[in-house]
Amino acid sequence: MAALIEIEKLTKRFGSFTAVDEVSFTVDRGEVLGFLGPNGAGKSTTMRMLAGFMPPTAGTARICGADVVENGVEAKRSLGFLPEGAPTYPEMSVSGFLRFTASIRGFSGSERDDRVALAMAQTQLEGVRLQPIETLSKGFKRRVGLAQALLHDPPVLVLDEPTDGLDPNQKHEVRELIRRMAPTKAIVISTHILEEVDAVCTRAIIIARGKVIVDAPPRALEVAGQSLEQVFRKLTLGEAA
Amino acid sequence: MGGMIRRLGDLLAAGWLMWGPGKAGPLPWHGACVVAKRELAAYFATPVAYVFIVIFLVLAGALTFTLGGFFARGQADLMPFFSFVPWLFLFLVPALTMRLWAEERRHGTIELLLTLPLPQWQAVVGKFLAAWAFCGIALALTFPLWITVNVLGNPDNGVVLTGYVGCLMVAGAYLAVGAAVSASTKNQVIAFVLAVAICFVFAAAGSPVITEFLSNRLPVLAEVARGLSVADRFGGFTRGVISLRDLVYFGSFIGFWLFVNAVVLDLKKAD
Repeated sequence: MAALIEIEKLTKRFGSFTAVDEVSFTVDRGEVLGFLGPNGAGKSTTMRMLAGFMPPTAGTARICGADVVENGVEAKRSLGFLPEGAPTYPEMSVSGFLRFTASIRGFSGSERDDRVALAMAQTQLEGVRLQPIETLSKGFKRRVGLAQALLHDPPVLVLDEPTDGLDPNQKHEVRELIRRMAPTKAIVISTHILEEVDAVCTRAIIIARGKVIVDAPPRALEVAGQSLEQVFRKLTLGEAA
Repeated sequence: MGGMIRRLGDLLAAGWLMWGPGKAGPLPWHGACVVAKRELAAYFATPVAYVFIVIFLVLAGALTFTLGGFFARGQADLMPFFSFVPWLFLFLVPALTMRLWAEERRHGTIELLLTLPLPQWQAVVGKFLAAWAFCGIALALTFPLWITVNVLGNPDNGVVLTGYVGCLMVAGAYLAVGAAVSASTKNQVIAFVLAVAICFVFAAAGSPVITEFLSNRLPVLAEVARGLSVADRFGGFTRGVISLRDLVYFGSFIGFWLFVNAVVLDLKKAD
């Protein structure tokens, strides 16, 4: 069976600047891929192209076999996407917002209510279900975005910095959630928190200046007593020198 | 208020659902309906709706009774009201549409909306329909004028109705222009000014000043200008005539600008 996420020579240029340069990788069911890199390395751009938001300059991305450009709606059905910064409609209530995304995904009636309730339970949002999102703290907003991505139980999850702005307890909860879901899904998370890669990822890709420079299990990176942080610094700074 | 709006949204959605072919499976219009419902509710969740409606009603009423000479004319009809509505919409509709895509960009929700499994054109149509329905609500709230003329005399209510349909058509045309302009720029002020300018071109194209100027020099262009004029097309409606030509004009005008909106959005969404 083909991998759930297939990216082939994905490239994005803005004018003469190449943000993402022939990135290729696949993610199978059961894998949690940690997407690492310094700011501006092309993580978010790659994720946006994978989610079908930004059209690639060249190359292809497929989700569950559906090309994100040619067959965008089909690909997006199998995808749960948390965009950078976890954007939500500020004036809506938490449950109203989740009901909206559930409706667009074709759920209605009691099934929709059940899915919204389950997503809120998974992300501990029940306590604020009727609050307008704009009144919530950063951590809650992030979890609303996460709930929206999980709601339809998609085979593919693409989460751009899912734990950014969460306190240590919430970070732990989100990591637990990702670990629980991992066996049945293909998950890509971007982060600059290296301990997170150790904690949840089965594989890590380090990207710098738009290019994949490492693609290996996190343990394989920690060779010869070097911590992941040392490896990361050496790889991403070494290239610049 | 929220409950009422929700019911109204349900009603509108139900109306659209009935047009959709086939009952089983996800309807082709489903995404647009959901987006429209959310948008319409969002208008009323912020002060935008109330400011717009109050200003529209105050100006429409004031202009009708003062400049329009509602009483002095001695005729029981809504002609003075209808003659001002397109000019009011010229400024108020762009104020409504300038935030349409700019706000999505500002909150980053455009990334969320366009990565949900709905075709992009449905997001465009959904937003347009919500704004149109909102203008419909604002127009419907001018009903005291209609009651007034019916108390004072015996107006031809058929003409009043076609006049309202005409107003709705003008609103739709301006909305489609404004929405397309809003997709092209992040800056709301630019979106407003550009939309007013473009709408003004179409509103004024048929005015005597323009057509006389053109017919003295380029008679062909004068004909074209009159043909493209929103005001000329609207005139038919206020006289109680709904002609197929005018409907086709407004339909293709709105369709064209929605198409432009979709294309521009596709090009600039990630900027």
